[in-house]
Amino acid sequence: MSYLAKPTLHHPKLPVNKLGYTRRDYEGAVSTLCAGCGHDSISAAIIQACFELDLPPHRIAKVSGIGCSSKTPTYFLGNSHGFNSVHGRMPSVLTGANLANRDLIYLGVSGDGDSASIGLGQFAHCMRRGVNMVYIVENNGVYGLTKGQFSATSDKGSKSKRGVVNTDSAIDLVSMALQLGATFVARSFSGDKAQLVPLIKAAILHRGAAFIDCISPCVAFNNHAGSTKSFDFVREHNEAVNFLDVIVGRDSIAVDYAPGTVVEVRQHDGSILRLRKVVAEYDPHNRVVALNYLQERQAAGEFATGLLYVEPEPEDLHAHLNTVETPLNRLTEAELCPGSAALERFNAAHR
Amino acid sequence: MPKPIARINDFVVKFANVNGSGSASANQLFARAILRMGVPATPRNIFPSNIQGLPTWYEVRISEAGYLGARGGIDLMVAMNPQTWDKDVAGIEPGGYLFYDSSKPLPESKFRDDINVIGVPLTEICNRAYTDARQRQLFKNIMYVGALSALLEVDSAEIEKLIGEQFAGKDKLIAPNVAAFRMGRDYALSNLDCPIGLRVRRAAAVGDRIFVDGNSAAALGCVYGGATVAAWYPITPSSSLAEAFTRHCRRYRVGREDGKSRYAIIQAEDELASIGIVIGAAWNGARAFTATSGPGISLMQEFLGLAYFAEIPAVLFDVQRAGPSTGMPTRTQQGDVLSCAYASHGDTKHVLLFPEDPHECFEFGAAAFDLADRLQTPVFVLLDLEIGMNERLCAPLAWDDARRMDRGKVMTFEDLESGKEFGRYLDVDGDGIPYRTYPGTHPKRGAFFTRGTSRDRHARYSEEGPVYADNMQRLLRKFETAKGLVPKPVLHPARHSTRLGAIYYGSTSPAMQEALDALESDGTCVDALRVRAFPFRDEVIDFIAAHDEVFVVEQNRDAQLRMLLVNEGGIDPARLIPVLHYDGTPITARFIAGEIAKKLAAFNVTPLRKVVS
Repeated sequence: MSYLAKPTLHHPKLPVNKLGYTRRDYEGAVSTLCAGCGHDSISAAIIQACFELDLPPHRIAKVSGIGCSSKTPTYFLGNSHGFNSVHGRMPSVLTGANLANRDLIYLGVSGDGDSASIGLGQFAHCMRRGVNMVYIVENNGVYGLTKGQFSATSDKGSKSKRGVVNTDSAIDLVSMALQLGATFVARSFSGDKAQLVPLIKAAILHRGAAFIDCISPCVAFNNHAGSTKSFDFVREHNEAVNFLDVIVGRDSIAVDYAPGTVVEVRQHDGSILRLRKVVAEYDPHNRVVALNYLQERQAAGEFATGLLYVEPEPEDLHAHLNTVETPLNRLTEAELCPGSAALERFNAAHR
Repeated sequence: MPKPIARINDFVVKFANVNGSGSASANQLFARAILRMGVPATPRNIFPSNIQGLPTWYEVRISEAGYLGARGGIDLMVAMNPQTWDKDVAGIEPGGYLFYDSSKPLPESKFRDDINVIGVPLTEICNRAYTDARQRQLFKNIMYVGALSALLEVDSAEIEKLIGEQFAGKDKLIAPNVAAFRMGRDYALSNLDCPIGLRVRRAAAVGDRIFVDGNSAAALGCVYGGATVAAWYPITPSSSLAEAFTRHCRRYRVGREDGKSRYAIIQAEDELASIGIVIGAAWNGARAFTATSGPGISLMQEFLGLAYFAEIPAVLFDVQRAGPSTGMPTRTQQGDVLSCAYASHGDTKHVLLFPEDPHECFEFGAAAFDLADRLQTPVFVLLDLEIGMNERLCAPLAWDDARRMDRGKVMTFEDLESGKEFGRYLDVDGDGIPYRTYPGTHPKRGAFFTRGTSRDRHARYSEEGPVYADNMQRLLRKFETAKGLVPKPVLHPARHSTRLGAIYYGSTSPAMQEALDALESDGTCVDALRVRAFPFRDEVIDFIAAHDEVFVVEQNRDAQLRMLLVNEGGIDPARLIPVLHYDGTPITARFIAGEIAKKLAAFNVTPLRKVVS
């Protein structure tokens, strides 16, 4: 049996959040991924973020495609509905789910094969539509489940475990998301929980298309010398542009920072994203600057990480469609069916 | 010269036009005026896959007897397209009529001596009356309708009234259109022998029937059926279904007070995304559908297997066209029966509905959502271009205000709270249909993980053989349950008892009715059964058992429904005789009756007319 439930017993003094849930209430089944897989760290970060934001687990819907990354929704948020759909098609399934019920929080989990190859089209169109979701790509540059083929995010010149050199150009999903109109774009590293957890929290609070490219080394097939997605390589070349604190409600703590070193972004729900700048000239509200900066760092062989772009007042797909506040899946006959009298008028107009 | 055809309320008029010339609304005016006179008229658009400049035809069959199928042959050709002149003229029945624009003289070789030629200098009259090029073009169309009204005795008052209705709200346009109409009519009255042998005479054969296209009716069925999410990708001949849904929603689904939309329509990037959106929405408890055609169904295959296996209630409208590949995108066919019935990899079977006309497009359109929710599986409504894109006279649409949506087996918060056992794939009452929960229902209970991989009755991942097989068996039980829920077939017994039967479905219906009458008047009695759904109900199998030979009439090359009957009904193929029409034109009564007669002769079967004592 490849499904393992975790024991439900836990220490009576485990901390609880405002809803009375412990961190354990946000966990899922035991992971069946390889020991040390970066993806498990991302699952842990998601659990942490949801716990800290006091989210009711059942109000979150997890949707994924196919691949190692897409398996992970089984390993977190066991009290949430999940949907492991088909390869590369998480965005469309999530879009439909979001249209049906705008009140849930949507967490789309995908990988680099899922989003940059087979599902590149769906990734692009879901970003440009502004679906209110968190879109996490657990990016390891390799096909794990099929044993180590290059993926479309593998850097040109990087070496596979068997020593083959990749000759194709890499697809940079972060740049694409920026070009396509995503209103929240971040990059992080599975090995940097301190950076990742606040980014996930901020993405959840963001009402629009929030994209996180999370570099997540594959311990089985892409963690060797010559790979540009190994733990060592990413640690050496990770260049954070900022650090993020997510301040929800009355948690607000006044801290003095030197002028020009902090940017605060107030979200629609009153929460505040406080960005502590690392790169002084980096402006996370300017798409063009963000794109230029990313290209420069990439040319220098570095990964720029952090919150790369955020629109303080995003619009989502529901706003574009002007849909009613009540979730569509709760509307009844009275709101949906025009009735026999209207049909009689329709008939009369067609005689 | 044969005698000019003389017929009242029973003839075919065909208009040859250039597409993009604005002829469609004039031609429709002609057909609707005849309907307003109480005479059934069935128009058909015959058009190329093109925007502007290529030939297009509009054929109107006028039949007081009520035959709405294509007949074949042309009694009056309105030849407005020089490009197709030769072919158009050649298609006229001997003794028939040719109406043309006589502004420019044509050599005698361009005509036939066995037809009646009626020339009206339309361009000349137009050029005299109008200076603007677009006006000249548009009013020329209305003008020939005027001339035809005089030649065929179509009530001019009805046409003028229709012009008024058509331009209601744009009142400025009424007078000039009426003027153009009268210009054509007056010319004919004072210069031609009116009427000709073909005439329309007021009758009472239309009744309360309505005139609507199947795509629009199906889309209205979606509104009444409670669909809130639609995702689609443009493809002929289904685009007008999605567009009609948009139109209907703007009218019926926008809150009067808040101005908010109680629907969401996405024009997706492709058919894969369309069905993905539908599946996501349906998983989350909304009623959702897509509209597509054969190539779209091909693209959706992987997702359809997921929906079947994960048990998601998706609704698909497949407005069929001639395939394979791009085939003939603007021609009709029933070519997707098999690809829908068994869509996707692995063992799959899907529910199909076959509406015969716009009335059933509406009815099945709404019913498909109940069926999909009840059965938690994809349901396909198989229209075709013939009924989807043509306006058709049909019974008025009806709705019972007491009707409620059947959302199927859904566990609520209260159910879960009361401690009812929930297993997503648990068959609690033997019908093969398990309970589901919508995401977000209960904080602690009822959450499950939906996946296309195998899992046990409680939705837990499993690769165990017996667990997998158990689930596949349950899906078969569910398909058995579907048999009792889908629309029953409709039996048309012959006047006298017979051992011959015929099975048909979908848009073949009107031609079949007419063919059965023709066969009967020639002494061949055939019991006919109109199949309305797959899986086949027992009535279908019983009907075959009760007859020695059964003709299966279809509009495809490979006898796809017959294959399904053989396969699913365990029927001896020798007893099912295919009658197949698949050239992209709609099937005709002449074809059906001719094929059946020919096959009977070949089998050396002497039709028995049993005397009922």
